[in-house]
Amino acid sequence: MNLYLPIAEISLNVFVLVGMGAAVGFISGLFGVGGGFLITPLLIFYNIPPAVAVATGANQVIAASFSGALAHYRRGTVDLKLGTVLLIGGLFGSVGGVLLFTLLRRLGQLDLVVSLLYVVFLGGIGGLMLVESVQSMLRSRSQGSGEVRRPGQHSWVHGLPLKMRFHRSKLYVSVIPVLVLGALIGLLAGIMGVGGGFIAVPAMIYLLRVPTSVVIGTSLFQIIFTAAATTILQAATNRTVDVVLAFLLMLGGVVGAQFGTEAGRKLRGDQLRALLAVLVLAVGLRLGFELVVTPVEPYTITLPTGETG
Amino acid sequence: MIGGGRIGRGRRTISRLAWTRRIVPAVLACGWLAILALGAEAQDGNESFEIGLSTSTISISSDFTGARLVVFGALDNADSRLLRQQRYDIVVVLAGPRRPVVVREKERTFGLWINRGSETFESVPASYALAATRPLADIARKELRERLSLGIDDLQLTNVPARVAGGPPVAGGSAAVAEIQPNVGLAERRAIAAGRPPETAAVDAYAEALKRIRERKGLYNQSVGAVQFVSPTLFRADLQLPADLPTGTHTARAYLFRSGVFIRESSEPLYVRKSGFESYIDDMATRYGVLYGIAAVLLAIFTGWFGRLVFKRD
Repeated sequence: MNLYLPIAEISLNVFVLVGMGAAVGFISGLFGVGGGFLITPLLIFYNIPPAVAVATGANQVIAASFSGALAHYRRGTVDLKLGTVLLIGGLFGSVGGVLLFTLLRRLGQLDLVVSLLYVVFLGGIGGLMLVESVQSMLRSRSQGSGEVRRPGQHSWVHGLPLKMRFHRSKLYVSVIPVLVLGALIGLLAGIMGVGGGFIAVPAMIYLLRVPTSVVIGTSLFQIIFTAAATTILQAATNRTVDVVLAFLLMLGGVVGAQFGTEAGRKLRGDQLRALLAVLVLAVGLRLGFELVVTPVEPYTITLPTGETG
Repeated sequence: MIGGGRIGRGRRTISRLAWTRRIVPAVLACGWLAILALGAEAQDGNESFEIGLSTSTISISSDFTGARLVVFGALDNADSRLLRQQRYDIVVVLAGPRRPVVVREKERTFGLWINRGSETFESVPASYALAATRPLADIARKELRERLSLGIDDLQLTNVPARVAGGPPVAGGSAAVAEIQPNVGLAERRAIAAGRPPETAAVDAYAEALKRIRERKGLYNQSVGAVQFVSPTLFRADLQLPADLPTGTHTARAYLFRSGVFIRESSEPLYVRKSGFESYIDDMATRYGVLYGIAAVLLAIFTGWFGRLVFKRD
């Protein structure tokens, strides 16, 4: 059954779109990532103009993360205080990101920058996480909980001033790295159409040393707002949010997210991290491959504003 | 000079003589009309030629998957002997709204494929469907096809002077080379700038690429034999329109040829617009961007909450 999407201006199969949403929603609930880094490339692959895919991806991410965050909230695995501080940084980042998005699109270099960012961040984070989680799994085979946190161990991050106590995360840390992390997430969210979960999750785990269980809920909480800000800004500046498309993705997404959250409880922290690492690496490698390999068509057509023509 | 365009060259002349900015297009337009009038007059065609469309408006609703447009036409006062010998040819074109586009070319730079060169075309039809009685090459000479901007290969695209990445625009006094060259690909541009003759023939690589990409997407298509005479005076043309048909005012235009000579043309507008719910959404997104964004966020939050309620697994 095909449906004409009013903003994307293309007629596509409804079931494929709902299915796409469900698959990404499952991953979203499982890892506490919004799934934007998966949905955006998938939509582009399915012939949706990249600008619409980025903005609509952000919209769909809200539903999946809200659904997932509710589940985590009931279980008490959301650190509202930490999430709020991340958000304050994130809102500034979002504005910068959307402005940068508009500028890069006009210059015709948006695709390149987005791909490079994905490759650098996904490759780096994925690689580090994979190494760490495998080591942790090997270590914990004999004993331990599979948690990163070890008592008495501090990184340079813990030496910064303006310290604040986050009870739920069992954390006493400076607000500076939290704000900077939030801003970085917001910036990437604006340019890449992602909630930033794939950066927030490892950064909270490894830099801030938040327990994995709390990280996922807090990340989802934070993503709701970053993605909401991105959606509104994209709608206001680039008019690229397709609600019909977003709604179809959400329908699948919320169902998938509930199953994903359930599946997530059956896995250990290190196993979750290793799986997420593999997924992140795979997406990063695929995008990197496209940058290097000779394209079939070296020419592209856009409108002067950078929209796909 | 292929594809780069007669009109393109005209534009460069204009930019050099700023004071004629307003006059030259008018002169060009007059010249154009004169050519058309001459073409018709010189052949003392008595033939009258009218077309009508099967519909004047195409509404794009939620179940739109492309459409077929039938163009009917009447050819009166035709020479019956020539008609019997099938010496009359008809070409029907549906051209979409003209829009400016930028075509970019990727080049390997430090191992990565990066957009380097670009060319701006000021007025390019968003879609182009053509139906003809016979192959275009058999209907009219190349020069005539170029003049009429007929067929995908000879479609004239209005362009502005080329630009090489990092360098200044190749316009004005400094680049006499670019004045006489069509907008060629990056490799050729560098060769020209270095004073070497380009290795390949100077075709407008960007215009070619634009046509190639749009043809592959089905936005540009042409079919031979899709115009048929249903009676000695009546003909019909079937045009296939793609699912991503651009909205706006399209122009259906029929060209009449007699033994390779252009006789006259007739045109009708076709309006393509989104209808019902789609047009409402589009309208909201354009006019009330912020409110639309907020509504989209609320919808997402509601869906998330509702989904959690219904599909709760814990």
